Amino acid sequence: MGRVGIIGVGQSRFVRGYPGSIRELAFEGFKEAIEDAKIGTKDIDASIIASAPEYDKQRSPAGVIAEYLGLIPQPTFYIESICSSSSAALKVAYSMVKAGLHDVVAIVGFQKMSEISSSESQERMGRGADIQWESPFGTMMPAYYAMYAQAHMAEYGTTLEDLARIRVKAATYGQINEKAVYRKEVTMEMFTDPESNMSAHVAKPLRVGDCCANADGSSCVIVACEEKAKAMCEKPVWILGIGAASEAVNMAGRALVTGLSVSIEAGKQAYEMAGMGPKDIDVAEVHDCFTIAEMMAYENLGFAKPGEGKELIASKETYKEGSIPVNIDGGLLSKGHPIGATGGSQIRTIVLQLRGDAGQMQVKDPEIGLIHNIGGVGLYGNVTILGR
Amino acid sequence: MAKKEVDDRFKKFGTVSFTAISKTNDFIDYLEEGRVMGTRCRDCGATFFPPRSDCSSCLQSNMEWFEVSGTGKLVSFSELKYGPVGFEDDLPYTIALVDYGDYKVFGRISKDIAYEDLEVGMGLKTESNILPNGQLNYVFTTP
Repeated sequence: MGRVGIIGVGQSRFVRGYPGSIRELAFEGFKEAIEDAKIGTKDIDASIIASAPEYDKQRSPAGVIAEYLGLIPQPTFYIESICSSSSAALKVAYSMVKAGLHDVVAIVGFQKMSEISSSESQERMGRGADIQWESPFGTMMPAYYAMYAQAHMAEYGTTLEDLARIRVKAATYGQINEKAVYRKEVTMEMFTDPESNMSAHVAKPLRVGDCCANADGSSCVIVACEEKAKAMCEKPVWILGIGAASEAVNMAGRALVTGLSVSIEAGKQAYEMAGMGPKDIDVAEVHDCFTIAEMMAYENLGFAKPGEGKELIASKETYKEGSIPVNIDGGLLSKGHPIGATGGSQIRTIVLQLRGDAGQMQVKDPEIGLIHNIGGVGLYGNVTILGR
Repeated sequence: MAKKEVDDRFKKFGTVSFTAISKTNDFIDYLEEGRVMGTRCRDCGATFFPPRSDCSSCLQSNMEWFEVSGTGKLVSFSELKYGPVGFEDDLPYTIALVDYGDYKVFGRISKDIAYEDLEVGMGLKTESNILPNGQLNYVFTTP
């Protein structure tokens, strides 16, 4: 069985309050990917739609979206693993193509976070954990990551300044990504300036500046079997490694609290499958829903030893010119985090980087790229390695 | 333990409970008695907190209750400045994870301890607690 290649990628702009319905939002990312692949809807044998369903009023969005995109009567499927839904969908698409069931599969990730009212959204946030045993204490996503930050700081001497540096980097690239929701500069001074919104605590020790930007958005990745990828596409990007893992939902069930075990496990699988290690990676997209999440990703993926992520960011090794450029599109922190669309957007960034099509964000001549996409607070982990 | 026709005792757990019915409903009665309980598998000895009615190690459903007692170590904590709908009156509050060796407990720090006095590694005990709205939970306090 041959390789599986990515022949087209697309994403909508990530925005606050998208002025359209979910099917119209999904259309934007899909259209860009179809144009990128230079194919038609009849060339696609199956579609996988990915989102976090608690934000959707539409029950079972796959059918509605497939029809709107002109993808009927082909089969369509719905995959969700919260924030890593579209990476999980990539793994399913890869399996379908490898199995010979379908030759060309489109993965469409989307999320219209503004589909529901702010109070509905707040109510759902309270349920983003173990609803029986944790949510009754009043938990929120930032507070869980704040607990990881607190433990990391206690164990390794990581500081709030170290975390702020990650946001400053994200904002550096968010400013040059025309698809990003947050396009302003963030400085270190803002984190200590009581007048700046960035310094306000959300869940101690994390501040507003440590948290990603909610957004509405869509993404699309089109994969094909080797034969069709070569025939249809001048510069296919190949899936070399693909790993996935899960972890206890309740913090009480976790052995590791200074990193995410799913990142380590999924990374190990992807590296093994690709026959590579962290030193082979030329460019990476990691799941920086909070600054501490990027810090832990450096360490869990082997870019730095445990506790040494802070040196990696302090020496700017994860900037565009550094030894391991990370999130050179603004990351979730500045580009935005429309849950179901996020993984596909990360994959798109790496595909553009490997093809040399990343414009102002282009890293110098990368051959191998890695995507790290987490669902929930380290509940699901997905790591994908791509090569040209 | 008194059983109602619909045994929805679990709706009493926490400021807002998102679960009404569970096979671990007796946890609530123990909480009312002032005891915080986990479960242990009678067949393989696996220990669980939060309590479970089914064992993930040997897949049997033969559990006994044990009391969370003594002092655990504070693993991590965070003080929330914003909360979900229904938790506004509790703010600010601090969630935490405490390690008892065989198991860990996720919950809230008692209002009696100031955030500034918390330190990873410090000893804490777990106590049942009645919330201002009459609901039940448990909190971590100074031993």
